[in-house]
Amino acid sequence: MVLEPTPSQTVGPYFTIGLGVPQNELVADDDPRAVRITGRVLDGAGIAVPDALVEIWQATAGWGRCATDADGRYAFVATRPGPIAMLVFARGLLKPVLTRISFPGETGGDRVLAAIEDASLRQTLVAVEADGGLQFDVRLQGDDQTAFFAVN
Amino acid sequence: MSVLTRTEDEGFPRYVEEGYRSTALRGPRKPLLVVPEKLWDLSGPAFGVDAVGDLDHDLTRQHDGEPIGERIVVTGRVLDRSGRPIRNTLVEVWQANACGRYRHEVDQHPAPLDPNFTGAGRCLTDDDGAYRFVTIKPGAYPWGNHDNAWRPAHIHFSVFGRSFTDRLVTQMYFPGDPLQDADPIFRSVRDPKARERLVCAHDWEATTPDWALGYRWDIVIGATPLDAD
Repeated sequence: MVLEPTPSQTVGPYFTIGLGVPQNELVADDDPRAVRITGRVLDGAGIAVPDALVEIWQATAGWGRCATDADGRYAFVATRPGPIAMLVFARGLLKPVLTRISFPGETGGDRVLAAIEDASLRQTLVAVEADGGLQFDVRLQGDDQTAFFAVN
Repeated sequence: MSVLTRTEDEGFPRYVEEGYRSTALRGPRKPLLVVPEKLWDLSGPAFGVDAVGDLDHDLTRQHDGEPIGERIVVTGRVLDRSGRPIRNTLVEVWQANACGRYRHEVDQHPAPLDPNFTGAGRCLTDDDGAYRFVTIKPGAYPWGNHDNAWRPAHIHFSVFGRSFTDRLVTQMYFPGDPLQDADPIFRSVRDPKARERLVCAHDWEATTPDWALGYRWDIVIGATPLDAD
């Protein structure tokens, strides 16, 4: 039996009613592996997306989610080493985008990165060190759009 | 390995949908990069597992009084594409009240808020993958997408599967609603057969005599909108 999948629909502007409980610490702040990761979600005009839902997953640390603030900013406590899988949902996204955060200094043996021929597209997937943590912005659209994936 | 681009699945929404204005600047326009699972394994233990309270599934019992509206039961199963139940997984819902108003600061629709209705619920699926909510039927409401735009009545659903890419956020609609045909979000699923899978069915078994009408809606995950096949 093969059942047909249920289609996706946008999370809409009011998801914090149901999905608002922040779960943005995958590990405690004082965990020796802990790394703070923050960034902004931006639209095709470079304007902050203040109503996005960002979810991340790491095989070694689990799952978390965070709604962006008025500046389009999310923040998590995740773990080193990377990578981090990230899904972004928002009003105006009829299905989520999947991206992948590589940590600077860990890109050498990264087979997913290595498979991307376009260097500037590859670079959209690498976080930058900032204030003792990592920064990773998501650009939903435009010439500098973040690379988004399908896994199969 | 070579990175391939993908073609869009007609059974699912595209990122940029002309009729839905908010997609214009938010939907990515570059093709997705298709990565084989063996190169990037996103399967793993329990996503979104969380403590759920005894009354979290009942949106009519979260305040001192009962909300105004038509009381309904919404139930169904969360299944993978082989028909196997997805057990002990978190199902979250949120919705407008009976008047079509969300309890959210952004919602300025001049319809009354109901002091006895928040509009949020959550539950875990049982051994059959079944979920069950008690709520009130949400109202339709206007929105600014185009002239005289109205969202058909719907309940937002969020479910998890066995892999991060199984993640599904969607909306459940009600049978026989004439607003669906004019709704660009509903119609963003271009295949009419796939659209039908967003509409619940009235169900006598779920209907509780002298108390509430029942609706049934199964959710199938495992091949996600991100899947290239």
